[in-house]
Amino acid sequence: MSVFRMSVALVALLMAGTPLAAQTIAITGGKVATVANPEPIDGATVIIRDGRITAVGVGIAVPAGAQVIDATGKWVTPGLIAGNSFLGLYEVDGVDETNDTAARKSPWSAAIDVSTGLNPRATPVSVARLGGVTRAAVQPDTGDSIFGGQGALVTLKAGEDILLRPRAFQYVELGEDGARKAGGSRPAAFLELRNALQEAQRYARNPAGFTDGRERESLVTRLDAAALTSVVDGRMPLMVHVERASDILNVLALTKEFPKLRLILLGAREGWTVAPQIAAAKVPVITMALMDLPDAFETLASTRSNAGRLAAAGVLVGLGMTTDGTGNQPRNLPQQAGNAVAQGRLPGGVGLTSAQALAAMTRNNARIFGMDDVGTLEPGKAADVVVWDGDPLELSSAPTSVIIGGVVQPATSRQTLLRDRYLNLQHDQLPLAYPR
Amino acid sequence: MMRLTLLTSLLLTAACATTSTPPAATAGAKPDAAAPSANPYPSTYKVYPGVPTVIRGATIYDGAGHRIDNGQIRIENGKVAEIGTTVTVPAGAQVIEANGRYVTAGIIDIHSHLGVYPSPGVAANSDGNEATSPVTPQVWSEHSIWPQDPGFTRALAGGVTTLHILPGSANLFGGRGVTVKNVLGRTAQDMVFPGAPMSLKMACGENPKRVYGSRNQAPATRMGNIAVDRQTWADATAYKRKWDDYNKRVAAGTAKAADMPRREMGNETLMGVLNGEILVENHCYRADEMANVIAMSNEFNYKVTAFHHAVEAYKIADLLKANNICAAMWADWWGFKMESYDGISENVALVQNAGACAIVHSDDANGIQRLNQEAAKAAAAGKRAGINVAPEVIWEWVSLNPAKGLGIADKTGSLEVGKAADVVLWNGDPLSVYARPEKVWIDGAVMFDTNDPKRRPVTDFELGQPGMGDVK
Repeated sequence: MSVFRMSVALVALLMAGTPLAAQTIAITGGKVATVANPEPIDGATVIIRDGRITAVGVGIAVPAGAQVIDATGKWVTPGLIAGNSFLGLYEVDGVDETNDTAARKSPWSAAIDVSTGLNPRATPVSVARLGGVTRAAVQPDTGDSIFGGQGALVTLKAGEDILLRPRAFQYVELGEDGARKAGGSRPAAFLELRNALQEAQRYARNPAGFTDGRERESLVTRLDAAALTSVVDGRMPLMVHVERASDILNVLALTKEFPKLRLILLGAREGWTVAPQIAAAKVPVITMALMDLPDAFETLASTRSNAGRLAAAGVLVGLGMTTDGTGNQPRNLPQQAGNAVAQGRLPGGVGLTSAQALAAMTRNNARIFGMDDVGTLEPGKAADVVVWDGDPLELSSAPTSVIIGGVVQPATSRQTLLRDRYLNLQHDQLPLAYPR
Repeated sequence: MMRLTLLTSLLLTAACATTSTPPAATAGAKPDAAAPSANPYPSTYKVYPGVPTVIRGATIYDGAGHRIDNGQIRIENGKVAEIGTTVTVPAGAQVIEANGRYVTAGIIDIHSHLGVYPSPGVAANSDGNEATSPVTPQVWSEHSIWPQDPGFTRALAGGVTTLHILPGSANLFGGRGVTVKNVLGRTAQDMVFPGAPMSLKMACGENPKRVYGSRNQAPATRMGNIAVDRQTWADATAYKRKWDDYNKRVAAGTAKAADMPRREMGNETLMGVLNGEILVENHCYRADEMANVIAMSNEFNYKVTAFHHAVEAYKIADLLKANNICAAMWADWWGFKMESYDGISENVALVQNAGACAIVHSDDANGIQRLNQEAAKAAAAGKRAGINVAPEVIWEWVSLNPAKGLGIADKTGSLEVGKAADVVLWNGDPLSVYARPEKVWIDGAVMFDTNDPKRRPVTDFELGQPGMGDVK
């Protein structure tokens, strides 16, 4: 029971909000996939000091006093980065009281800033962390507008301080859902988007004069217009959920009117059919590797080869769409990535190489969101490192150590406590609610 | 976001029921012109041609808990003809050298809504919940199935040879479920698994009380759920009594045609359960609610065959074993609704470890495509908790155990001589993320071949659409 007691102590520590101190750590003997290089390095050592990676390679000396994590027979990778998620925005998705992803009745939309809804103690955060996820883009969902609001970048480190960058991107819904929210058609959704961006330009020219008798007619509130100024001038990326090829092309065409837009496509299930255009526009795509059903008329061309074909065309592809507690949880990113590799082994299938698949849930997402300090294992990078008990893409594998910012993270969650409680159903002396 | 769509369908999803022998079909009864047909919507499934085939050199998981290294299997006349370390090769047989590859029993999904919630998921195709009353045992999922659902083809490419299609879980009594062979037909009847019992889909918990409570109608609470259930079973028991009495008089030759009780389609389904002909597949997440249902089944003398979405099965695995009830589970779904909050990845392994019948199910048009992977994840979580389950036993979670849970274990679910040749040849270890089916046989006919585009079905819906016939 000593492991169990230790986990209790760690939980208590977390509850008290005590920051865990960064240590000097040497991860030795592992198969290190740096992602900076396509091939993993066998028997390499990773040195972590003061929250940073200071050395990676074979034959590196272990500093005196370092905590040694023996990774012999194991894999070492950068921490996983969820290309989008709702981590921290709900405890139970379907329980409205805990769910801060969307505000259907709010008068505001683009101005909504999800960072004030983040709950670092939300159980999905610790569950994802145990699965090797160390950072995530957290998006707002849309209410009655096509705009969801401003997403955040977070770290999943234990403690109260997970917000890395608030207002990191704006989220907008087009396609079938966007059409519905805009009143019933795609043209209305594009009009709503263009009008809002134009109003943002007008706001930027003269903030004080924005509401001079025009706010009602503009259909954009002052705060929403203000929030979109950074989208129009390219300081903040615009993440657009869109699936159908024609919708994708229309989104790409927005840069004719708004040349500084920095677009991120989310979903893009039919992206492979217009991959050269996406590549030429240098627009990255965050998608999933396993969506192959024509489950809507906007996804008729769905195939698991989408990620591979986009990558082959030169598109920067990140894995994401990890937005719920069912099949698409953040902790299942490696399953998505592994399947993308499997797809490439089928006759006629186009997949990702192992290196590409790993990069799609680490380095690529770091690049897409401008998190230059993570995504690879290189000296100088923040020490978000995961040690796996096997091939990180394999179903049987799991993290044995998760290190975030140079701190070894607790190995417990509410789920591990439930598991431990019910490993043995015998309870002759007291109900099972007592032991813990 | 797609998430909302998925969640909505999830919240409304539940398990279902089976076909029952019509009441007047009592053995020894004289045929009565007015008697209901025993099988009014018979299967028109046909077995497609196959050739005698021998697969050699493969690692075989037979679905019944056995593994044969460097094994061989002979398929003939739609059946497993021989299996072992060596089998005879008849003249003219096709021989597949499968060294380094794997052969398994076909995957069976005990919980699917393909066809009733098909792709594309437009409102016009949404036929899975007759959410007009909490008690609708009279509806049959097979009458909602759209056989052109492309989801069947994706499931086939994932090695699914048999699936059970249920009504949703909006209702306490959702209606009858049907077991189908995953062979596309022009009609739903073309797909119906010959001789498989029907099921009755029941649902506990949040969905019925939310759907009807929000209309200010019973049930609005969990106690309301059970109260409506009990009255329904009591009424069905009275209905059965009338028919039992009538059938006795028919057998004695004293019944007049006008004596036949009025048929009530809902009660006919429930009587099928009480007569042991229709299996109860019960959507139920929470441990305490499963216990309530077990007590209710004892009160009204019926059997629950399986609890579906049994997220908390691990809390009462001993109770499930004692009552001989299967638990059908996801590998790792949790937290999407309150009653799934206590889901843990070790659930399946803990149920297995308690000696109860563990099943991995999908309830999802995506998840059904990789039940092998879901089983592998569940087993890996168990292993980390100290529960070691051999790969060949893991395979039971997606083959023989769901076959038991559907009452078809005598026909399929394992590669035993005389059973259906529902077989998958994998290009690698099917418990690895890198493996995919290479060939799928159903009743001995090759229905999918990754190397042969002509053995890759395209439903009517996908004809002429972008990516038609793609490897997907």
